[in-house]
Amino acid sequence: DWGTLHTILGGVNKHSTSIGKIWLTVLFIFRIMILVVAAEKVWGDEQQDFVCNTLQPGCRNVCYDHFFPISHIRLWALQLIFVSTPALLVAMHVAYRRHEKKRQFRKGDQKCEYKDIEEIRRQRFRIEGSLWWTYTSSIFFRLIFEAVFMYAFYFMYDGFRMPRLMKCSAWPCPNTVDCFVSRPTEKTVFTIFMIAVSSICILLNVAELCYLLTKFFLRRSKKAGNSKQQPNHENKEETKQNEMNELISDSCQNTVIGFSS
Amino acid sequence: MNWAGLYTVLSGVNRHSTAIGRIWLSVIFIFRIMVLVVAAESVWGDEKSAFTCNTQQPGCNSVCYDHFFPISHIRLWALQLILVTTPALLVAMHVAYQQHQEKKLLLLTGHGDAKHMEEVKKHKMRISGSLWWTYVCSVVFRLLFEAVFMYIFYMLYPGYQMMRLVKCEAYPCPNTVDCFISRPTEKTIFTVFMLVTPSVCIVLNMAELVYLVVRACARRSRHNSNPSSGKSSFYGHKHSSEYKQNEINQLLTEQDGSLKDMLRRNSGLQEKGDRCSAC
Repeated sequence: DWGTLHTILGGVNKHSTSIGKIWLTVLFIFRIMILVVAAEKVWGDEQQDFVCNTLQPGCRNVCYDHFFPISHIRLWALQLIFVSTPALLVAMHVAYRRHEKKRQFRKGDQKCEYKDIEEIRRQRFRIEGSLWWTYTSSIFFRLIFEAVFMYAFYFMYDGFRMPRLMKCSAWPCPNTVDCFVSRPTEKTVFTIFMIAVSSICILLNVAELCYLLTKFFLRRSKKAGNSKQQPNHENKEETKQNEMNELISDSCQNTVIGFSS
Repeated sequence: MNWAGLYTVLSGVNRHSTAIGRIWLSVIFIFRIMVLVVAAESVWGDEKSAFTCNTQQPGCNSVCYDHFFPISHIRLWALQLILVTTPALLVAMHVAYQQHQEKKLLLLTGHGDAKHMEEVKKHKMRISGSLWWTYVCSVVFRLLFEAVFMYIFYMLYPGYQMMRLVKCEAYPCPNTVDCFISRPTEKTIFTVFMLVTPSVCIVLNMAELVYLVVRACARRSRHNSNPSSGKSSFYGHKHSSEYKQNEINQLLTEQDGSLKDMLRRNSGLQEKGDRCSAC
């Protein structure tokens, strides 16, 4: 049930980077939706319409099994499930952090800065510290799964093209018999489409990994630089005003404000 | 995850579209997606099982079907609809980003209460500035995808009419065999319908593009003729700090603005009239 996966991953979306959100959109619209709406119908009659030029009982079944050890559709469904699962690591870590904050809040800890439980539930965590490591590992696993499945696909089906005619000589087929695959061109088109979208997803994951690493090193160098100067009250006010001015000039035509600061 | 999911995602975009954009979205959902799901899929349901060739040669049926229908009409239309509706997500992402910026600004200026946050989510974004460019790009991509798919359709299936009888001589068919297509007339009717509706959508997209460009030019000429705009020309030196500070000061005292309206309304001042939904 892809709907359940959608609900689960929608929650993770809030704590992802922007590249992560784009990746999730590509996953759902170009892969899961295409799989459900189109590809499942194309492969629907793959075994019934697999025809061999022989009357020998069992020959058709054996040849089908020989050429299609695991159907494309099942392989893609498995790939999608495995590739979306590492995001659950992040969801679990976020849930653990929320749980800790709720515990602190309930204990009445002075350090806790939330007004109520609802705010803890709604809060978006920044990707730093241990959450950064969890997030980066999840992207790394995603990449590995994508690559492994693409290799498995290429290895099993010798390239991405679906031939019209396959010659089969497995027992009990009497000699070499001609077997005909149903809808080979349509299947080739969808195979190429799914491979292309997987490659785009791999690129997005690599980009996200680079982005996270860059952010990590920048933050570390900023911390090393800051530890030399004393933070004072005036600096804070100035940086706040600078940030405001930046936000206003960034989105100057849409977020117009008319109140005095 | 199916067409209903896509509908939920796109309805969100609907709020920030122009009036023509909303008409386009309704045409897409009612005349294309709904017709595809309710009618066309049943008509093409038995396209392969009822494709019959006048031969006993095993495999001839499959091969001839594959030769005449490299990719089924239904799949082509489904792909077309998915790709054509996707550029609207660019706009949705940009709007979400701008709302995020607005929320940050409100928090920094001390208006970070729940009421203001709700208002940010609910208020309609004006299509200007960088959002205008995103919106125009999305309309251009839509047009491109529609045109590309209509061309592919024409290449694969020249002519709109579905024949009753096709002659096939691909291996392993022994000679030229007669093959008969199921429900050709019904398929022709739906094909014509699904050719006319993308044409209507193409016309709507072009109209929307023209409307956006005309509005932008009108707004710019109004801006240029307004004396208070002064130094803040579009081609000014955006990176000088003086220019930036001038712009900020100007924005702080500018008369119209969605966020200002929202804050004014909340402080009990007189409400401005409702904006035109096409703005």
